[in-house]
Amino acid sequence: MRKVYLDNAATTPILPEVLQAMLPYLRDAYGNPQSLHSWGDEAREAIEDARGKVAALVGSQPEEIIFTSSGTESNNLAIKGLAMAQQSKGKHIVVSAIEHFSVLHSARTLEKWGFEMTQVPVDKHGLVDPKEVARSLRKDTVLVSIMHANSEVGTIQPIKEIAGLVKEAGAIFHSDAVAAAGTMPVDVRELGVDALSLAGNQFYGPKGVGALWLKRGVRIIPFLDGGVQEEGRRAGTENVPGVVGLGKAAELAQAEMKSRMDHLSTLRDRLVEGLLSRIEHVVLTGHPTKRLPGNASFCVEFIAGEAMLMLLSQRGIAASSGSACTSRALKASHVLTAMGIPAEIAQGSLLFSFGRENTEEDGDYVLEALPPIVDKLRQMSPLYAKFLKGRKGGK
Amino acid sequence: MPIYSEKVMDHFMNPRNVGEIEDADGIGEVGNPVCGDMMTFYIKVKDNHLNDIKFKTFGCGAAIAVSSIVSEMAKGKTLEEARKITPALVAEELEGLPKNKYHCSNLGAQALNKAIDDYLEKQGKEVKKKKGGKDEKE
Repeated sequence: MRKVYLDNAATTPILPEVLQAMLPYLRDAYGNPQSLHSWGDEAREAIEDARGKVAALVGSQPEEIIFTSSGTESNNLAIKGLAMAQQSKGKHIVVSAIEHFSVLHSARTLEKWGFEMTQVPVDKHGLVDPKEVARSLRKDTVLVSIMHANSEVGTIQPIKEIAGLVKEAGAIFHSDAVAAAGTMPVDVRELGVDALSLAGNQFYGPKGVGALWLKRGVRIIPFLDGGVQEEGRRAGTENVPGVVGLGKAAELAQAEMKSRMDHLSTLRDRLVEGLLSRIEHVVLTGHPTKRLPGNASFCVEFIAGEAMLMLLSQRGIAASSGSACTSRALKASHVLTAMGIPAEIAQGSLLFSFGRENTEEDGDYVLEALPPIVDKLRQMSPLYAKFLKGRKGGK
Repeated sequence: MPIYSEKVMDHFMNPRNVGEIEDADGIGEVGNPVCGDMMTFYIKVKDNHLNDIKFKTFGCGAAIAVSSIVSEMAKGKTLEEARKITPALVAEELEGLPKNKYHCSNLGAQALNKAIDDYLEKQGKEVKKKKGGKDEKE
């Protein structure tokens, strides 16, 4: 059976060059970067080389990169660590309503620790209005965190504009760029942010490694106490092979950025256009133009996302959904909810996220496979039956 | 490891008794699209037996498989026997369900019971309500 992986928003495959770069550090080059002998020197050199490559990807100085275990850890460290470092100045933080849970739940933890949180809303396209952010700022606001791009609906935020407003008000600005960094150009100086999270498995690097870029001079409270690794900001023996893999992935992402983006957006636009014209009662979610190059996200009315995923999987296609059924909590995605999409429509959420390896044939295969799946499920759906009766009655 | 048993997959891929009955003797609708799943059961009753059953379901794979197996388990049974189909029996018949999908087996038993209630009410008979399971947040 044909296999088509279109769940690159969940994780990307690891590139052969990345794996090759990592292998020596899983075998013979096993030294601890903190050790003062040739084994240590070798590992330290590898880490510092990777730091330079990640720094180059986001336009920063190498010493501003802190390696972590994941995007989630980077976000936890940023939200809690930056707010705690500023708490003598104030205890108010601002996030958007569509942040990843590693930001939202960290913000909730801060609430338990005595902070106040404001969530700024998004419009129907999932876009944050910079004016809303400005309105939410108070004298005691110490931290604002707005994601660069949303992996579920693809919407890209006006980060530069928001950063300008936040800096004017004197607060620290963090952006979760896990879905954006390595996929589209992200330049920290150009954006004017103070801190920015990224993760390797989003751009063909390994899982289990991420980074927080932190502007020189910005204070942060580490939450892993221990040794002097990462200048004392993130203790624990470095994940040398992971960091090397992240570095290689960053180098390749930077070199191939333009061609990858062109390729992905071509595949995306073809699929979006194809599905909207082939299937009735399907809506594109997220912003029509300000969106991640590989993200094609929809809501298919009258049926549930999970059932579509299962039937697609039977045809060898991997996709994802923000429907209630697919979540353990049985709640529709907070992102779709915040965009004002009614719960019954959010149930039909379906996301195809393209990657570097995908081809036009992959998209065509989806265009061929999905319409009969939607038909089959709609034939079973009481909501569709009601809709058809209503339409007949209305005529 | 797949999250669903082979039996669930079979009933999801090839659901039995999908459809509506135009002149149904009883109709039972449970759940709502907001909480994720919605099922409508249609029954035909002859000599106190469930002569025919059809269903329509909006929801996840488990909800569709549950509807299918409930329709199969109940078909041909007396009303009293059909009432004895509990969520636990449904889950057992499907060779297990993931924990967060148990509510689907509740819904299936509830929908069938509601269709039987509806039939009895239409017949002017007093309904001895017997819940198929705990009422989910409806």
